[in-house]
Amino acid sequence: MFSNRYIFVYSTVLVVVAAAVLAIAAVGLKPFQDQNEKVEKMQQLLSSVGISSTVDSAEDLYEKYFTEEYAVNTEGKVVSSYVDGKQNGDVRPFSIDMNKEMDKIKNNSGDVALPVFVCTKEDGRKNYVVPVVGNGLWGGIWGNIAVDEDLNTIVGVNFGHKSETPGLGGEIVTDKFQSQFKGKSIFGKDGGNVELAVIKRADKTDAYQVDAISGATITSTGVSDMLKNCLGLYIEFFRTLKTK
Amino acid sequence: MAGNLKLIKNPLSKENPITVQVLGICSSLAVTAQLKPAIVMSLSVIVVVALSNVVVSLLRNTIPQRIRIIVQLVIVSMMVILVDQILKAFVYEISKQLSVFVGLIITNCIVMGRLEAYAMSHKPYVSFLDGIGNGLGYSFILITMGFIRELFGSGTLLGYRIIPESLYEAGYANNGLMIMPPMALIIVGIIIWIHRSRNKDLCEK
Repeated sequence: MFSNRYIFVYSTVLVVVAAAVLAIAAVGLKPFQDQNEKVEKMQQLLSSVGISSTVDSAEDLYEKYFTEEYAVNTEGKVVSSYVDGKQNGDVRPFSIDMNKEMDKIKNNSGDVALPVFVCTKEDGRKNYVVPVVGNGLWGGIWGNIAVDEDLNTIVGVNFGHKSETPGLGGEIVTDKFQSQFKGKSIFGKDGGNVELAVIKRADKTDAYQVDAISGATITSTGVSDMLKNCLGLYIEFFRTLKTK
Repeated sequence: MAGNLKLIKNPLSKENPITVQVLGICSSLAVTAQLKPAIVMSLSVIVVVALSNVVVSLLRNTIPQRIRIIVQLVIVSMMVILVDQILKAFVYEISKQLSVFVGLIITNCIVMGRLEAYAMSHKPYVSFLDGIGNGLGYSFILITMGFIRELFGSGTLLGYRIIPESLYEAGYANNGLMIMPPMALIIVGIIIWIHRSRNKDLCEK
């Protein structure tokens, strides 16, 4: 039999060793993980404007097309920018975490900085990409919405999710769901509220309606709310852009 | 040698972790709505069971009986987190596929079950084989279920359409129940039924 003392020492040593191994692994692997996340974000932004990329080509393509990044507040003022490799302001808009900004808005604490990514296409047309975040059924959902030069028509979207049910809510990442958004309008005629919605038995000819996924009501509503909440924050910014 | 081969072969049928030992049922319901997560989950469970079997087997003579479950739990969690971190760093695409499932391996009863029943009383090499065998037995059932559920629930396999559009136009519809967890339980039941009717010695008197 083992003595109590042995048991205490044994468990302490075991836990300390396990913690040390995990800490070393976490620190050592962090740069690789960060790089992966950065590339993934670039790939998502590229895919929302319809440019396909691989893990290797993503960084070059991103630099080529996304020459301007801005961070704006809810009044539409630019608080920091990153244009042609030059940063102006406290943070690079690329590294802003949209989730944290949404929390700030919810808690009414601190100044918000909402990222906008400007993609200049080969024909000179500008697409504005805004990130969106929200909640699905089991966890977070997120996406990027690319808006055309008229600041109303959607060029493309992509969505991601943490843990929605495969085959049901998880379907929001499929082309079948995402392609429905192409060509839809976001804001109402008066330039005001977000009218775009994901609803059941949507009228596909309607510019503001996207068909929900059957069997995934909560995820579909989550996408709808996410669009409403996040895109709504950019109304003022888009308005100032239009008057320019 | 023949004895070692048995360690791999037995869990595939006569000692299958899911259908005979009834371990790991919960995760077999959760991840089999589509084939791909089922395959990836299978691979990670094989790795985690085999490695933690080896570690626990190496430590088996030093582990105090009274705290052995906690010790096993610490080792399993450490393995799972390590696997998760390594996947995130080097095969990011696959780690995204797995998302929550990696964490679920910690609670997978097969891992703890094999540590308790085998690794605590056997040498590292045979424990390793036992882990691989049980992982494969688990994978076999998981992939079968994923295959059936995705084919009839979504009409696809690994995301590719299998059931032709013409059949849908003729009035065929996907079975929505297939995607739901209750149907997974029914499928496990049917697999156990078929398995036992072919292996009469498994039936309880």
